[in-house]
Amino acid sequence: MVHVPIIRVADTLIATVQDELLDSDMLALQEDLAATLERSGVGGVLIDLSAAATVDSFLGRLLSDIATGARLMGANTVVVGIQPAVAISLVELGLDLKGVHTALNPERGLAWLLKMNDNRSGSNGRGQH
Amino acid sequence: MSNGTSNNGTSKMEMRVTVSGEGDIVAARQAARQMAIALGFGSVDQSRIATAVSELVRNVVRYANGGRGEVLLHELPSTPRGVGIELVVADDGPGIADLDLALHPGYTTGPGLGMGLPGTRRLMDETTIDSSHGRGTTVTIRKWHR
Repeated sequence: MVHVPIIRVADTLIATVQDELLDSDMLALQEDLAATLERSGVGGVLIDLSAAATVDSFLGRLLSDIATGARLMGANTVVVGIQPAVAISLVELGLDLKGVHTALNPERGLAWLLKMNDNRSGSNGRGQH
Repeated sequence: MSNGTSNNGTSKMEMRVTVSGEGDIVAARQAARQMAIALGFGSVDQSRIATAVSELVRNVVRYANGGRGEVLLHELPSTPRGVGIELVVADDGPGIADLDLALHPGYTTGPGLGMGLPGTRRLMDETTIDSSHGRGTTVTIRKWHR
């Protein structure tokens, strides 16, 4: 078992997925993220795949499930750093990760989360209206 | 899990991964990537091969008798198509009752997405499935590069 650390930076939880992770490690990460979301009340989740050399249908579905679960808890999820070879393999495998927002790298992912959460606080009446 | 590698001089590369649990999904795809790199496959093909093996070995862990099986990886004799890698994923599980259905994207009898077999066929150059109800499953996949 490998425990995937979840780092909190400002309003975002960050987790890095590596190639050596077992299915059960990923399922544990899904639960950890949900529990940490509840505890911390942050508005965003960023999952970094730049160290994942292989993304198969199991991991692909789990990323969708994590994003859906986070959305149900009021948080946005962005998946960043998908390698070119992984992107091509995913398309051929038949997985398009529909419903999962993606960005090229962590910087762009964080920028998107920031924008989304600005909108969110706006609609909550905390922004400038 | 037990792994063996042999590559003495001019003989063809060969590896074996025994499958007995989910850790062997990782072991098998790492072995496949390692051999693909050694045979000169590019990064996209390495990823295709590792992804296909991941799908097939997960099927063994999920559906086969006690999740047990075996992966044989070997270099193919050079042909006009270039250098080839062949991976044979075998189990003595319940077998596939309806192959046509199993190859249909989205069809599954388990908890997965039903992408494994149809996806593997798209990722690889050749896919052969030998299975019958009650007699296990052997999936042979091949990839070539010049």
